[in-house]
Amino acid sequence: MDWEVVIGLETHAQLSTVSKIFSGAPTAFGAAPNTQACGIDIALPGVLPVANRGAVERAIRFGLAVGATVHSHSVFARKNYFYPDLPKGYQISQYEAPIVTGGSIQISVGDTSKAIRLTRAHLEEDAGKSLHEDFHGMSGIDLNRAGTPLLEIVSEPDMRSAEEAVAYAKALHALVRWIDICDGNMQEGSFRCDANVSVRPRGRERLGTRCEIKNLNSFRFLERAIEYEARRQIEILEDGGHIAQETRLYDPDRDETRPMRTKEDAQDYRYFPDPDLLPLEVDEAWRQAVAASLPELPQSKRERYMRDYGLSLYDASVLTAGREVAALFDTLVEALPQQPKLCANWVMGEIAGRLNREGSDFTQLPVPASALAGLLLRVADGTLSGKLAKEVFDAIWTGAGSADEIIEARGLRQISDAGALDPLVDAVIQAHPAQVAEYRAGKEKAFNFLVGQAMKVSKGKANPAQLSEILKRKLAS
Amino acid sequence: MINATLLELSSALQGKRVSSVELTRMFVQRAQRTNDRLNAFITLDPDKSLAQAAAADARIASGEGTTLTGIPIAHKDIFCTRSWRTTCGSRMLANFVAPYDAFVIERFNAAGAVILGKTNMDEFAMGSSNESSFFGPVRNPWDLRAVSGGSSGGSACAVAARVSPAATGTDTGGSIRQPAALCGISGLKPTYGVVSRYGMVAYASSLDQGGPIARSAGDLALLLNVMAGFDARDSTSLERPSEDYGRDLERPLKGLRLGLPREYFSEGLDNDVAAAVQEALAQLRKQGCELVEISLPKTKLAIPVYYVLAPAEASSNLARYDGVRYGYRAAEYSDLRDMYGKTRAQGFGAEVKRRILVGTYVLSHGYYDAYYLQAQRLRRLIAEDFSRAFQQCDIIAGPTTPSVAFDLGEKSADPVQMYLADIYTIAVNLAGLPGLSIPCGFGAKGRPVGLQLIGNYFREAQMLNVAHQYQRVTDWHQRMPAEPE
Repeated sequence: MDWEVVIGLETHAQLSTVSKIFSGAPTAFGAAPNTQACGIDIALPGVLPVANRGAVERAIRFGLAVGATVHSHSVFARKNYFYPDLPKGYQISQYEAPIVTGGSIQISVGDTSKAIRLTRAHLEEDAGKSLHEDFHGMSGIDLNRAGTPLLEIVSEPDMRSAEEAVAYAKALHALVRWIDICDGNMQEGSFRCDANVSVRPRGRERLGTRCEIKNLNSFRFLERAIEYEARRQIEILEDGGHIAQETRLYDPDRDETRPMRTKEDAQDYRYFPDPDLLPLEVDEAWRQAVAASLPELPQSKRERYMRDYGLSLYDASVLTAGREVAALFDTLVEALPQQPKLCANWVMGEIAGRLNREGSDFTQLPVPASALAGLLLRVADGTLSGKLAKEVFDAIWTGAGSADEIIEARGLRQISDAGALDPLVDAVIQAHPAQVAEYRAGKEKAFNFLVGQAMKVSKGKANPAQLSEILKRKLAS
Repeated sequence: MINATLLELSSALQGKRVSSVELTRMFVQRAQRTNDRLNAFITLDPDKSLAQAAAADARIASGEGTTLTGIPIAHKDIFCTRSWRTTCGSRMLANFVAPYDAFVIERFNAAGAVILGKTNMDEFAMGSSNESSFFGPVRNPWDLRAVSGGSSGGSACAVAARVSPAATGTDTGGSIRQPAALCGISGLKPTYGVVSRYGMVAYASSLDQGGPIARSAGDLALLLNVMAGFDARDSTSLERPSEDYGRDLERPLKGLRLGLPREYFSEGLDNDVAAAVQEALAQLRKQGCELVEISLPKTKLAIPVYYVLAPAEASSNLARYDGVRYGYRAAEYSDLRDMYGKTRAQGFGAEVKRRILVGTYVLSHGYYDAYYLQAQRLRRLIAEDFSRAFQQCDIIAGPTTPSVAFDLGEKSADPVQMYLADIYTIAVNLAGLPGLSIPCGFGAKGRPVGLQLIGNYFREAQMLNVAHQYQRVTDWHQRMPAEPE
């Protein structure tokens, strides 16, 4: 039996507002428990919610960025259930009339590109946290998080592999950071994905029974959980069993999913429009103002890079993985408009490698992009090459100054002048008659040896292209 | 002094003929003396009141007093008051002290008024007789065997018994107007959105409105001037140009059309009430009003619609009372669910539980469309009834209640009987319109009768005009019950 996995993702992105979605209390992470929950957040008698304009604006940004419909009229609804981390006994969310519907996100797996459709995105408030360890048979409730604005983003079940799901999650993660609505910090819980997984015989249109998997706080867990779950469901079905629709937790230690000990399955949330809040109105003027404030989106940037610079889909994707790496690349290309590939290679190669080794990322460049542009200008004009360029890069990175300053200070100019190179090559030919003979006899490797020797003698400063040309000429004669 | 209007009290205070401390002490003592019999107050705190009075005297002395500075006001125990407990008439909040003041309280404090005490009320504002309070029923000062009406029974009783010059109340289905009528005094529910609900503990969010309770139209206007106003902390609060609600009190009534809904004068209305109301209408006609017969065909629907929508909202609004963060928590329980169950079973009274159950039911899967959604649709139709009526008249008039105050315990056996008595007041909340009740005579057993005026949106000044003109030539609003022994 040929099985197909069908996956949809539900993502909760914490919006990066300073205060909560319905109160003025701060949203900053890491405060002492219950120090960032005001009367509204702890649901004192008599308090009332007031909508945070910045949260709504971020939802509009998202809707526009994914090509969705941003509704001019949407409604806040109460989702009623009891739990200690939900102070009001209901969560203010959106139900029948969400602010955003439709839209899509492009993903690429390998060389294939695919659009994952979105069902909807809506605003809601986060609950507090329940902590069960350290409390000896009781539970601790921290309401700091209660009321933090969330955008719940629901995809259509368009993904067909764990890989695609991860690609989608990563693209979505990059996008929300790109348009500045969410900091995407998964360790702090700013970006949480739940996966809905089902399987069906390939070719059948009807979807199988799905299970929802929670507690996926890394892309790695997401991938593994989906793979496990797909296998689990296929095994059951192949044995003639049925899939129970349930919510499951991923256990990273055992690499398996387990049914969640839920409060109640198939809860009736008794949704109804919240009478304390007016319907959300987004007029054309607001929508246009937000549209005008959006930066060039990753998708169009990718296409522009491929079209104008001839970069591959892969390279363009790497360079648009985040706003900061793209900004760096853009600055470099602005300084070297004729050398986009050179810039791309340096960003994806040396610079990315260095950041990686330091456990850092493109948001934390130690030097301004202009400094790196200065380096690339000297590579492009032949002043530096190969090892020398790397040496100067290292120096710039650790704050030794600009490329020109370092070249000057260390006398690192590349030797391209034939007058200087000629005697150098002669000297090398003189010093290694055996290899010269080998080369003339047909051994290509001997050539490289001679080049290497010449480079050594020049202390790495010889222009490799020039050097090779002169050496070849002299050996031919 | 106990019969003085607010303006008279203000004048006496400003003219230093009496101090706020003296005035407050007098009313506090009256309250303490009568509370055993009337039970109008849940909390009295003479020290706090007198401290406020002293501050008011200082303010008056420095020439910075306003009209209400130094005047004691009783507040329904549904308005959050910093440092006074706010119980909502419930065991659930019997020990609750809010860390903040309601908007209404902020306004009175800013005006320099004195908090006389927190008045008794039906539990969480659910009731029409003030018999559901955890702190015991309120008695009608005109006849101690009778109910005061509810849910603002304590406030109405205090004002009628001259234990407080004025009071605040809230009205969700009639809870200001009905007790005002049963206690022979005046009460006004403003247009929805005029008085901020911030700090006013929610029962049914789309229906609740705070309003003044006093003994004359002039006093109601003064109080409403303080209570009304935009508040950004209440998303349903309306931003409108500020107005003086007393500006039209002296306007002659000539040509004003009073609409009399035939549905408010048919079966179900007791004869004694009908008689007093008819006499009041005749009086108003003499004063220049034109009486027009109108129809509000959806009147009968108002009760089932209200008793679907209000409990639905209440079931959600009261979910926060779970023993976790504040208020009552059961002393013994085995786990979380048990804690929730016991806390709410013990913390809430029977009427509150009844409405939470009904509300949960009508919102639940499979019933939402047939009940909640349908009720919302009908609500709009009820509002349209009024819109059409206001094309034919300026103000709608009729009885506030179908009968005078009933005896304590008389209707407690059958809650639905109690609900049906809301017939004239309840539609007003569904439509969000302003309504007021003024005394217009006495009925069976010498118990007061109320005349209700219903205005179009934001027509409070016009309604107070009619009420004031009526009160200029009648003295029902000046009648005083015997002192309780």
